[in-house]
Amino acid sequence: MTETSVSSRVDPAADERLHQELERTWHERTGFWGWLTSVDHKSIGKRYIVTAFAFFILGGLNAALMRAQLARPENTLVGPDLYNQLFSVHGTTMMFLFAVPMMTAMGIYFVPLMVGARNIAYPRLNAYGYYVYLIGGILLYAGLFTNTGPEAGWFNYVPLAGPEFSPGKRSDVYAQTVTFTEIAAIIGAVEIIVTIFKHRAPGMSLGRMPLFVWAQLVTAFMILFAMPWVATASLMLAMDRLIATHFFNPAEGGDTLLWQHLFWFFGHPEVYIIFVPALGMVSQIVSAATRREIFGYPVMVLALVMTGFLGFGLWVHHMFATGVPQLGQSFFTAASMMIAIPSGVQIFCWIATIWAARPRFTVPFLFVLGFVVLFIIGGFTGVMIASVSYDQQVHDTYFIVAHLHYVLLGGAVTPLFGAFYFWFPKITGRMLSEALGRCHFALFFLGVNLTFFPMHQLGLEGMTRRVYTYLAETGWGDLNLLATIGAATIALSVALFLVNVARSLAAGEVSGDNPWDGETLDWGTSSPPPSYNFLHIPVVQGRSALWSRTPDKPVVTGLRTDMHEVLVTTLMDARPDSRHLHPRSTVMPLLAALATGVTFITLIFTPWGLPVGGALMTAAFVAWAWPDRESYEEQRLQESS
Amino acid sequence: MTFAIAAFQAQGAHSVHDPVSRQALRIHQLGEAMYVTAAVVFVLVVAALLWSALRRHRMPADQQRSNRSISTAVLLATAATTVVLFVFLILDLSVGRAITTNPGKGAIQIRVTGHQWWWEVQYRDSLPQNWATTANEIHVPVGRPVVLELRSADVIHSLWPPNLNGKRDLIPGDENSLWFQADSPGVYRAQCAEFCGHQHAKMSLLIVAEAPESFSAWLSRQRDTALTPTDSVARRGQEVFLGSTCVMCHAIAGTPAGSRIGPDLTHLASRRTIAAGTLPNTRGNLAGWIINPQAIKPGVRMPPNRLGSDDLQALLTYLETLE
Amino acid sequence: MRTTVLRVCLVATALSACEREERRFNPPPAAIPATAQRVTQLQPGPPVKEVLVPSPATVRSPYEENAYGVAQGKTLYNQFNCAGCHSQGGGGMGPPLMDAEWLYGSEPQNVFETIVQGRPNGMPAFGNKIVSDQVWQIVSYVRSMSGLLRKDVAPGRSDDMYVRSQEQATHKAKPVVAGQP
Repeated sequence: MTETSVSSRVDPAADERLHQELERTWHERTGFWGWLTSVDHKSIGKRYIVTAFAFFILGGLNAALMRAQLARPENTLVGPDLYNQLFSVHGTTMMFLFAVPMMTAMGIYFVPLMVGARNIAYPRLNAYGYYVYLIGGILLYAGLFTNTGPEAGWFNYVPLAGPEFSPGKRSDVYAQTVTFTEIAAIIGAVEIIVTIFKHRAPGMSLGRMPLFVWAQLVTAFMILFAMPWVATASLMLAMDRLIATHFFNPAEGGDTLLWQHLFWFFGHPEVYIIFVPALGMVSQIVSAATRREIFGYPVMVLALVMTGFLGFGLWVHHMFATGVPQLGQSFFTAASMMIAIPSGVQIFCWIATIWAARPRFTVPFLFVLGFVVLFIIGGFTGVMIASVSYDQQVHDTYFIVAHLHYVLLGGAVTPLFGAFYFWFPKITGRMLSEALGRCHFALFFLGVNLTFFPMHQLGLEGMTRRVYTYLAETGWGDLNLLATIGAATIALSVALFLVNVARSLAAGEVSGDNPWDGETLDWGTSSPPPSYNFLHIPVVQGRSALWSRTPDKPVVTGLRTDMHEVLVTTLMDARPDSRHLHPRSTVMPLLAALATGVTFITLIFTPWGLPVGGALMTAAFVAWAWPDRESYEEQRLQESS
Repeated sequence: MTFAIAAFQAQGAHSVHDPVSRQALRIHQLGEAMYVTAAVVFVLVVAALLWSALRRHRMPADQQRSNRSISTAVLLATAATTVVLFVFLILDLSVGRAITTNPGKGAIQIRVTGHQWWWEVQYRDSLPQNWATTANEIHVPVGRPVVLELRSADVIHSLWPPNLNGKRDLIPGDENSLWFQADSPGVYRAQCAEFCGHQHAKMSLLIVAEAPESFSAWLSRQRDTALTPTDSVARRGQEVFLGSTCVMCHAIAGTPAGSRIGPDLTHLASRRTIAAGTLPNTRGNLAGWIINPQAIKPGVRMPPNRLGSDDLQALLTYLETLE
Repeated sequence: MRTTVLRVCLVATALSACEREERRFNPPPAAIPATAQRVTQLQPGPPVKEVLVPSPATVRSPYEENAYGVAQGKTLYNQFNCAGCHSQGGGGMGPPLMDAEWLYGSEPQNVFETIVQGRPNGMPAFGNKIVSDQVWQIVSYVRSMSGLLRKDVAPGRSDDMYVRSQEQATHKAKPVVAGQP
């Protein structure tokens, strides 16, 4: 029977003793081995963020080469084969290795803090998910550097990517990269859902959750429903290529369009998986900049949920040119246009919030302003191409390239940069430089517009996508040169950001617990948070957890401090329900991830990967689950108390 | 690449902004309507955002929560958004009906088969001897509907003539169709718009819209077999053609060469471009293409050919007779 | 010791990948034609006075470890209608190509000469009709039909009706010089 209770903190000496006990229990080993075996969500979240950003840089380098090649007509910098690999790896990196993992990573770091938990649910699984993701990313770039990078686009359509037209192992590298990243994404989603549903601090009912947490919840559900489809598709492709199945072979009863349906049923929710967390970030930044709750909380939540649902009904708009029946196409036009409504509602609510308050023009807030501008442009071109008739003209042209970069760079990366400036103090304890941040913002905003606005015109003038060069007489040279200059501007802005980070890590201004006067629980603990997150698990009394705290600041007491005991609460109202033991640091997730890596990488070359790798994975998971004496003793002790 | 491309306008117009068919015109008008609306709304929303952010007045939080006019404003904006989107939807449905309605029996039917990286074109007829096969160039009469029957021989391609209509994919194992009606004469450039491999970038098709009489004359010429050359140099060129690698892939009706792997060359000299719209069809370009296609379109299946210079000149003379 | 082995494995994988995935678009030009030599009166196309037989620029087959070249060879095999006599390797008018019996030898050089010079009893001479680089691609493909190529280099199934098992899963049939011409 749980003996937690609500009481007030009054005794600093008791606090210090508590801090020592908790630190002893929750602190992990230092050094490289400690880092490898960590199951702390903050440690794993940080490395996830850094790895995802590294892939952002790599993907950007791919793009830089592409733009350099396209700056002039009939350029000979990069030939068709390397160019095809570059744009395929660029897309795969940005979508699978940067965008989704980064949003997941922000959730892994911040959701437990925002809901008042000591750690994320399933800590070992969290570590496993990261290592699997890392292996997938290394596989892709090992492929690129050994001339085995995917060459048929991030969407990898069959039959071009199939066994007859894609000789060698390039398409197989793609299929397994997808497998790894999809496993990692699903794992992240499961943990986030369970943390949000069962580990919230008492008093944080569903209606009192921060909008960032709601966004992560909706995203996690989208991941659960969308990712399995791309896994299915990549599995079918791998099987067609390795063991001569006929999923995509029309001559033997398969269907070429099956790949497109499976891929885009994942692919469209994928872009909302990337976008919805950014909406959550914007809400938190606006709320802190205006020092008030976002206007229309229930409507904001409803808009997030609606976006999540509607996102699954749009996928055929990627296939409008394939000759699918007209009546069906019209349905997807209607749905694709409708999804603009919840996004619009959110923008109106943010404007309403800002209108009644004088916001502080901090760098995160600047990025939010930039986000609204860029996202509206991208959203409107999105509504235009939602129309079947218009899409028939601009599909697969640079108009689409412009649209997708406006919504992804403007709708997701811009808020993400704002979120970095906002939450860097929480993660590191230091502020980023405001002056450098303003320069970064200005260059980035300018660069995105300079690069991608001309592309609308290029598409309308006939320039198709995925071309390694173009003839001089087309007249596309000038706008392409402009776009390349814009790309260089973006690169410069990102370099400025890295300089800012480096300088702040070394000697930045110390931030304190809550430099922005934020409302969420993560600002209610030190910067960076201690290993145990909160000295006392807080009791939440209102929607803005910190602003609605009464002076007596009620907290939870009664949890054990000598083992990794965490509180489990009920789903709707977060009433304390039971106690649960979390595992300590272990190397098993790493070993299991390596076994997974061996399995799927061997499957690129031979079907023997399945039995051999399967045996390795089974052994690893059995070892993982096998209770050791210490945890068995702990369990007995906890249950008897 | 050292061949010189003479400075000239792109072979064929290729812009969405230049509709010459009613299909493309309707789409263009739809695009303009949406673009104007988008621009207006963009200005309004960004103005609202900046004004909200920059205005000095601050309302207490609980007053804001219960403020009726703010809620009304959000509601109205949402309603306006919904209405605008609904109008777009109706416009789209109406344009969609206009561009996909069956053109009827009077339409000219042309079968286009996509290959990596060229377009096979066939004008069929009830009598097989009247079939005309060519490549990379379509002629259509002005003012008559044309239906393109689209198939693929290998991977997914997509045919996109921006001045005439939107695009349609060519999917292996599937049959699609795209129709348009050119309302003014001209040369229009269509591109491949679905990534199809190494030379996706250089896979274009010219659509020549001309007066019905010129079209009929062109079509009947295309139906003829190639004449045996009378000139001795050209005759030698024909021997070179038949005696070397060319004959394995290319057909010339009226000669024993009948391979369907590569583009049909029976009326090569009547075409404006070679290599699927990549180069103007001149003697010099053709020579460069024959000697080393890999320098122009790396990755195509046509290999470099070693020919003595006399043989090459004879071959070129022969090819120039293939009107 | 273990790190050395690991490094060697990684480098070997990388190197094999480099050659397997190489796409050579501009192959070296064929050598100067050698003496006209043909072993049969059959050839594709009309009879010609002169037969130029390009001799191989190199004796070593350039595509034995190149997946792209072998895949091109498979396409050419079907486009040039080798299947007309040899089917998809099962043979017909011509002998089977997917079994262990090789009339004229299974080494790349042998197969090259078979294609280029022709053979008695029906194999036409393709010497001046297919450039030698494409002949080498077909040579490597023909050898893959009986499993003589590395598994990661041999092609997978084609997008056609499935009439023979994919070459990459074909067990190696140890070549013997035998069979009825």
